[in-house]
Amino acid sequence: MSEDLKIIDEVTGSDYKWGFVSNIEADTAPKGLNEDIIRFISAKKNEPQWMLDFRLKAFNQWKKMEEPTWAHVNYPEIDFQDIIYYSAPKPKKTLNSLDELDPEVKATFDKLGISLEEQKRLSGVAVDAVIDSVSVKTTFRDELAKLGIIFCSFSEAVREHPELVKKYMGSVVPYTDNYYAALNSAVFSDGSFCYIPKGVRCPMELSTYFRINSAGTGQFERTLIIADEGAYASYLEGCTAPQRDENQLHAAVVEIYAHKDAQVKYSTVQNWYPGDKNGKGGIYNFVTKRGLCAGERAKISWTQVETGSAITWKYPSVILKGDYSVGEFYSVAVTNNMQQADTGTKMIHIGKNTSSTIVSKGISGGKSNNSYRGLVRIGKKALNARNFSQCDSLLLGDKCGAHTFPYIECSNPTAKVEHEATTSKVGEDQIFYCNQRGISTEDAVGLIVNGYCREVFNQLPMEFAVEAQKLLAVSLEGSVG
Amino acid sequence: MLSIKNLKANIEDKEILKGLNLEINPGEVHAIMGPNGSGKSTLASVLAGREEYNVTDGEVIFKGENILEMAPEDRARKGIFLAFQYPIEIPGVSNANFMKTAVNEVRKSKGLAPLDSKEFLKLMREKMQLVQVDKTMTQRSVNEGFSGGEKKRNEIFQMAMLEPELGVLDETDSGLDIDALRIVADGVNALRDGKRSFIVITHYQRLLDYIVPDFVHVLYKGRIVKSGTKELALELEEKGYDWIKEEVEI
Repeated sequence: MSEDLKIIDEVTGSDYKWGFVSNIEADTAPKGLNEDIIRFISAKKNEPQWMLDFRLKAFNQWKKMEEPTWAHVNYPEIDFQDIIYYSAPKPKKTLNSLDELDPEVKATFDKLGISLEEQKRLSGVAVDAVIDSVSVKTTFRDELAKLGIIFCSFSEAVREHPELVKKYMGSVVPYTDNYYAALNSAVFSDGSFCYIPKGVRCPMELSTYFRINSAGTGQFERTLIIADEGAYASYLEGCTAPQRDENQLHAAVVEIYAHKDAQVKYSTVQNWYPGDKNGKGGIYNFVTKRGLCAGERAKISWTQVETGSAITWKYPSVILKGDYSVGEFYSVAVTNNMQQADTGTKMIHIGKNTSSTIVSKGISGGKSNNSYRGLVRIGKKALNARNFSQCDSLLLGDKCGAHTFPYIECSNPTAKVEHEATTSKVGEDQIFYCNQRGISTEDAVGLIVNGYCREVFNQLPMEFAVEAQKLLAVSLEGSVG
Repeated sequence: MLSIKNLKANIEDKEILKGLNLEINPGEVHAIMGPNGSGKSTLASVLAGREEYNVTDGEVIFKGENILEMAPEDRARKGIFLAFQYPIEIPGVSNANFMKTAVNEVRKSKGLAPLDSKEFLKLMREKMQLVQVDKTMTQRSVNEGFSGGEKKRNEIFQMAMLEPELGVLDETDSGLDIDALRIVADGVNALRDGKRSFIVITHYQRLLDYIVPDFVHVLYKGRIVKSGTKELALELEEKGYDWIKEEVEI
């Protein structure tokens, strides 16, 4: 705990810590979006025809769709023709080892504190590092390959495992799903692909660090995780982004497909540039994340700690199709200054004896707005479905907003759905109590808020939990008084 | 070590302390008694630096410095500890974490290096033994789901950890049965070392059977109207406060 408090001290008064721009020579598409751009992207990536066809279908679908307006967020209209849809660091040659990595890229990693060597040497975490849109280097792949685990960039999977990509891509989030999912399907740049074969328990945390790099480049990641029967994987996603003056659009898609008895745990720590104190700049984060528990007793858990982005629009969901399948959603969403977040989950109960748990902790400071939006749907055939939802909001100061929009649709009388919600303020009494023990007000807020989120942090892998606590402290800087 | 001169304080424009004087030397235990609404808890809050109270006159000199302009955390780091009448709950934060943060803040203010985990655990074990709290208490969230007695014991444990020079006990006996009272009092007595001073605020004489004071003061209408030794407490127990009120009104 003292660690996160130390971090508050460190960053007091400082600007966004990871705000820097690196000069990787980008290979960039012209601004705007049309069929030619999509063909350009596809050609750049040496994609097969079927992939191009998928993109074009998605693009035609997208043109027919309207930007959603139901979220509790406000932002100026996005000009989708003013965005660059493809940007790749130019590979100088094929890399045999990390030593051959572009020194600029390497320096970027070093600044972020995620140097691959260190990752490799110390943590045993396999990192698929994504700078802008193309995977630069993938580590630990050979070790995973011995177990039959495929962990590679999405583009590579398209080339090397087309049968898997064709079978599963869009099976959980079809390109018709929503406006941003359609856009992603048309222009997605790269992302991660992971397949865990039958009965294999992935021995390490799979991890991807995302970064947004070239100015004005939208980032359209696409991730697909498949856990075959009885398989297990834990996947970590964390990101920081350089400081920008103009808004950057991010519309990612993550699909998880869990077969019978499979388990996937997906953890996110999100710290994208939130804009300055006046709300200038910052990332627009419109993400579609969904998992399908396709078989019996499958289990998918989402854990997220969201501290960044100017606007967050994100609802990691689980479709509980297999009987006895389980869905979980643990979330901490922090907004400060002018940030806006509309986030939550959907638990769709289709199979019998399915159960889901939702624990959402929203924290708002400054003039920010933080909304929980969640849907629990119990289908006609979902006998004995169970859901427990707990949505807590914590307010720091009196200029911020917290909102809760829970939707429950129940079509089966045997279902049991519980919903608890609380709204509280960090009490002056609590702060004074800490003060009286020698703890400053800022440290007291960090302590109290981290305590409030502990239930969610407990779900994160150890080293990620530490990072999350630090991020939380950094994001809440100056939120009180 | 503590010198309070002509202290006047109000809350929401209502004057509570109306010129209070008190001198405390190192190692002394002063009991402050008085009827409801006489300003006992206000005194504790003002000493700790609670914002709601406005000090309008007077001074409080602690270790040679007027503390009235200091932030609450600075007073705490300087060695003033308040055992709360109603200890506050902090869900999700373990007592051990809470204390580690606090202890290291106090150390930092004194120019000492923070304790590492091993040193801290050692200190905690020592102090747990000294004031008789069991291990589970340090692992639980601060005061969350604690019984009345556990909360008060936790205050004494925290005091033991922070090793203040002045401990202010605000009605620490309220809501305690006789066994809990004895444990809490034993804890306080274990911390009396001839140098540390205490202000024991209480309604009843009972606590003073266990924590024997050097001086007893009666607070009435915002002033100390009578001072004496521990016998004064017994007299109050026997006769109530009316005779004092009469004396004052005349």
